[in-house]
Amino acid sequence: MSTNNDHKSHINDPKTPNEELQVFHSIHNDIDQSITEKSKIAGWINDRLPIIATLENTLKKHPYPKNLSYWWNFGSIAGICLVIQILSGLFLAMHYVPNTKHAFDSVEHIMRDVNYGWLIRYIHAVGASMFFVALYAHMIRSLYYGSYKAPREVLWWAGIIIFLLTMATAFMGYVLPWGQMSFWGATVITNLFSAIPVIGESIVQWLWGGYSVDNPTLNRFFVLHFLMPFLIVGIVLIHLMALHTTGSNNPSGVPMKSKKDSIPFHPYFTIKDMVGFAVFFLVFGYFLFFYPNALGHPDNYIPANPLVTPAHIVPEWYFLPFYAILRAVPDKLGGVLMMFGAIILLFFLPYLDRSKVRSGAYRPIFRKFFYLFVINFVFLGWLGKSPAEGWYIWASRLTTMYYYAYFLLILPILPRFEKTIPLPDSIDEHFKQKHV
Amino acid sequence: MFDLKNNQNSNQTPKNNEDYKIKDNLKDESRRNLLKNTAYATAGVGAVCALLPFIDSMNPSKDVQALASVEVDISNIKVGEEKKVMWRGKPIFIKRRTPQEIDDAKKVELSELKDPQNDSDRVKAGKEEWLVTIGICTHLGCVPIGGQGEYKGWFCPCHGSQYDTSARIRKGPAPKNLEIPPYEFLNDKTIKIG
Repeated sequence: MSTNNDHKSHINDPKTPNEELQVFHSIHNDIDQSITEKSKIAGWINDRLPIIATLENTLKKHPYPKNLSYWWNFGSIAGICLVIQILSGLFLAMHYVPNTKHAFDSVEHIMRDVNYGWLIRYIHAVGASMFFVALYAHMIRSLYYGSYKAPREVLWWAGIIIFLLTMATAFMGYVLPWGQMSFWGATVITNLFSAIPVIGESIVQWLWGGYSVDNPTLNRFFVLHFLMPFLIVGIVLIHLMALHTTGSNNPSGVPMKSKKDSIPFHPYFTIKDMVGFAVFFLVFGYFLFFYPNALGHPDNYIPANPLVTPAHIVPEWYFLPFYAILRAVPDKLGGVLMMFGAIILLFFLPYLDRSKVRSGAYRPIFRKFFYLFVINFVFLGWLGKSPAEGWYIWASRLTTMYYYAYFLLILPILPRFEKTIPLPDSIDEHFKQKHV
Repeated sequence: MFDLKNNQNSNQTPKNNEDYKIKDNLKDESRRNLLKNTAYATAGVGAVCALLPFIDSMNPSKDVQALASVEVDISNIKVGEEKKVMWRGKPIFIKRRTPQEIDDAKKVELSELKDPQNDSDRVKAGKEEWLVTIGICTHLGCVPIGGQGEYKGWFCPCHGSQYDTSARIRKGPAPKNLEIPPYEFLNDKTIKIG
């Protein structure tokens, strides 16, 4: 591990993020390359490749805060979603044809002829929505409990990159069935880049590989849609590496002070994650087997037609809030910048939020603004699928303004006035308050 | 929730020698192992069940299965000629043999053959003129060339396997005779393969 590990920490009450890291690393100090697994084969392998030690360190020795709530389940749920998407996608790719002449038919071929093709495709389509449910829940957790604050900035950034890559992957995946929504979604989203002054038009033609969304576009989207999940896996590993270096945040937001604050991942959180998986798969199964098309758009069962745009064109639900921001701005370039800016802003969050107290549970005024932010975000989503006319436009302008104000005004200024609730002395004490 | 004090020591037998404590502990341990193994087994069965549809998706799909038979018009094949048709993505040789070729095939003793089979078992009774085989060498899957080789049947250019006029293997690395596909004569002019 890092050099922090070499000197024993004598700090009992970490005040700064750096001290927090030192304390965490000293708690985490007993991590070494020896293993408890007794089998000879395991020992033989570990002497040559310390993979068993790494697994044991992660699962058995690595200290996790013992007060984690169910909100901390969504990371592993997002992880299993990624695995499900890669697996189901792999089998779909064996039957799918990335060509404008055959794409739509090959998807119908999967639905009708391929053994269990309907199941695999619905797993993949519903799975994409479920992935975003998990991601959004995971991010809302971070926003409320201040998980993005120092020393977890890099952890947070890796998460935003995963979010961005997942959005790009989902968008390109939605183009592949080559239905009406695929085609017009691709046309609208790629045209966003035409807003860039001077070079915009050439960039869009470069993205298309032609003068409109056509076969070259479909072919490259398929290749990229196949590649990007593996890039996401790479960033997930970085995300986990950062997580294991800083340790998990927790509902109290106070740093870990001693071993007493922690429990090992296994068996406590492996079991708890299984409970989370079970509940999550029930919801997944409900949509998968009873309403597999509820989260999609019926127009995508009409083959792509470059001559007719659907009367009402909307993206998938997980893009709606950002789509609403795009439409709220009465200027082409401005709308595009505001939309991308809404996500780019998240990168600056560790510096925008000036509060020393991490957890929203101890910030009474922040909490009200936070709940309003969540409601506002959901409302933005609803506006995103409503027609862009009349009072909807004014509502989406107001909600867009609140989205930005939350990050740019409330988070930086509020801490100056807010009187926070006294924090518990330690995670252990918080745990006792809650559970004993 | 869970007992954190016991957590540190739960995997070790108690240090003191009081028998009842050790017994209790062992009883607990075996109960826990039963629960654990039951959980693992259930999860394992679940995982296998979840995998089955994925594996099955790689089997021939329904449209591929639907193409399992073809009908061929054989009226325009002259004596001594061979026609190639596709069936399930494989070449099928339909050979109208000359009397000489039929004779050659019938004369061969079973003891001379690597994969002993009578010529009469490889054609339909009364239709000895017609030899229908899957045109794929039983060695490594190449397509043999007709009318070549020492036995005037088929010769595989890949590794030199030679087949006679009944498409039986006579020489070279192939282990088996050319396979006979399932087929029937619908009438004198048409056969249905598959």
